[in-house]
Amino acid sequence: MNLKEKLITSFLAFENKVSTDTETTVHDTRSKAFSHFEKNGFPTRKDEEWKYTPLKSVLKHDYTLFPTTNTAIEFATVKEYFIHEIDSYKIVFIDGVYSSYLSETTHDGCDICLMSSSLKKPKYKMVIDHYFDKITSKNDSVTSLNTAFSNEGAYIHIPKNTVLPKPIQIIHFSTGSEAQLMLQPRSLVIVGENSHVQIVERHQSLTNNVVFTNSVTEIFAAKRAIVDYYKIQNDKKTASLIDSTYVQQKQQSIVSVNTFSFGGNFTRNNLEFHQEGEHIDSILNGITIIGDKQLVDNHTLVNHNYPNCESHELYKGIYADKSTGVFNGKVIVKQAAQKTNAYQQNNNIIIDDGATINTKPQLEIFADDVKCSHGCTIGQLDEDALFYLRSRGIPKKEAEALLLYAFANDALEKIKIPELKTRITKLIANKLGVELGFEL
Amino acid sequence: MLEIKNLHATIGDKEILKGINLNVKAGEVHAIMGPNGSGKSTLATVIAGKEEYEVTKGTITLNNEDLEDLAPEERAHKGIFLSFQYPIEIPGVSVTNFIKTAINETRKASGQEDLPAKDMLKKIREKAELLEIDRKFLSRSLNEGFSGGETKRNEIFQMAMLEPKLAILDETDSGLDIDALKVVANGVNKLKSKDNAVILITHYQRLLDYIVPDFVHVLHNGKIVKSGGKELAHELEAKGYDWLK
Ligand SMILES: Nc1ncnc2c1ncn2[C@@H]1O[C@H](COP(=O)(O)OP(=O)(O)OP(=O)(O)O)[C@@H](O)[C@H]1O
Ligand SMILES: [Mg+2]
Repeated sequence: MNLKEKLITSFLAFENKVSTDTETTVHDTRSKAFSHFEKNGFPTRKDEEWKYTPLKSVLKHDYTLFPTTNTAIEFATVKEYFIHEIDSYKIVFIDGVYSSYLSETTHDGCDICLMSSSLKKPKYKMVIDHYFDKITSKNDSVTSLNTAFSNEGAYIHIPKNTVLPKPIQIIHFSTGSEAQLMLQPRSLVIVGENSHVQIVERHQSLTNNVVFTNSVTEIFAAKRAIVDYYKIQNDKKTASLIDSTYVQQKQQSIVSVNTFSFGGNFTRNNLEFHQEGEHIDSILNGITIIGDKQLVDNHTLVNHNYPNCESHELYKGIYADKSTGVFNGKVIVKQAAQKTNAYQQNNNIIIDDGATINTKPQLEIFADDVKCSHGCTIGQLDEDALFYLRSRGIPKKEAEALLLYAFANDALEKIKIPELKTRITKLIANKLGVELGFEL
Repeated sequence: MLEIKNLHATIGDKEILKGINLNVKAGEVHAIMGPNGSGKSTLATVIAGKEEYEVTKGTITLNNEDLEDLAPEERAHKGIFLSFQYPIEIPGVSVTNFIKTAINETRKASGQEDLPAKDMLKKIREKAELLEIDRKFLSRSLNEGFSGGETKRNEIFQMAMLEPKLAILDETDSGLDIDALKVVANGVNKLKSKDNAVILITHYQRLLDYIVPDFVHVLHNGKIVKSGGKELAHELEAKGYDWLK
């Protein structure tokens, strides 16, 4: 039985188990999504959007879909995966199951809690009916698959005029209790008018057992809301991730999604922004640093539907060994979206001849009074810069690492949580082998 | 200290240095002048070991050691310093962190431990004071958004920190205002001793009023066409280069 068949045969049992009377609309949503997946299956390389991103090796494993063992983890053993230097809310899952022990949730003035209970409890029904699965792509069978099996994940609902005093960390651990495990977390983030929230998200396996995560997050930003979302992708080389994030913004809101992809075997990021109001700013940043046979694919879409909005997109990639990078950045400016400012940059450095990068900007502009720019570069390190550093006594290897660090730097500047910035900086320095004999 | 014999260097198929002879002894200051495109920066860069240039003939020795097979960083470890005509921006790496890295890598090359943080700080403070460099400036990203004068002053700050045996200053005076020129020249003079040497590449006599050279050479079309004492610089200022061609 292949993975698709396995998923199909387990759907009914899953639905029976999680479904309750209150969630009839959710039940319908799941069923519809299931049919879509059943009909279309996983994408193949014949699919234009998956041309350079073969899923085959990810799908070949015999994944456990619903682990039965409950593994406890001591905080001390996973502390390093938290930004533990700062106070934060925490929503933590272990093999897909909520860990109240590692979490710190709240219902005081806002809801920072669990998807599973929000899907079930009557008091959340109106919110769920209003937001759940409303902005996901209905053509993406992988997202449909997640929707079909949606049950657990983070549920964040910040009412209006609330500046959250501390960031929220969402961490999905896998313990290796199953030899091969598939996880499908589903999260919902709703941020009210004038409210601010910062979220740090991470998928982390604790052993070298195979894990495949198909994650979907919907983010709704109301008028003048500010949302900063950080994704740390530094998983083990046996972990694969498809991470789809859908963002809807209302007028004057500012949402940034920052993706740091350093680890994992296979990582596909789908990121969609839909602007539904004027004077919106959408910010997409990414740093990818990979080697070996790793693959990272960043697929982004920004939908400019209203006038006077901006989008700023900056993706930087460093590829060593036989790694593969894919960047596909689609920007659509509708006819009504006059005075749009849309910027897109994708800069890549190839370190070894065996590495490849496929980059494709796609601008579809139907308005005439707009400022759109895009640029993509694929290059090596600048020889003059390298010579400059070496002439000061810095050996070639260190000089190269320092220049790569400098190359990635401007995408780092945007991190607003200082402790997180330090953390990412260190991750990058480690990854590049920069001696941190200096404090950065 | 530095001996250059019949040096020919090419980039691609283009020969740029066409037989240079130059002898610089410890304690001396040499000035190299010459029209744009005559090969001054190329000579400096070849001495510092840039690999894109091919030395097709001749030799460069430092204290009798042939430099031919040495990488740029190894030459730096042996005491060669080049102040760049156009320094490079390194975003995200502060002036301080950069110089710390450079110093500790140089020490590592000769088997020394890292300079203790306390000593490093003291040295940085001393040299920054000498060159009248503001504390805040030191935490800025290296050369990023520096004014022309700031890049040059920062180059000399690095020289002061690294204390090279042979310093080659490629148009360090260009872009400096009069006050900055005095500060930089004063810094160079303070660092000069009977054990080290300086090569100044410049277009202007003005610098040589402050850092007085023992010898002045004129480079033209890849060759040294005239050498003399400091009065040669005055003559060039008055007459230009035409009479030498
Ligand atoms: N990488 C290169 N490729 C091709 N030609 C080069 C290269 N580097 C230098 N040259 C050429 O070599 C010649 C000498 O250049 P160089 O920079 O050494 O001159 P310079 O004397 O320093 O001039 P300036 O006073 O303008 O600084 C010039 O004709 C220049 O165009
Ligand atoms: Mg020059």
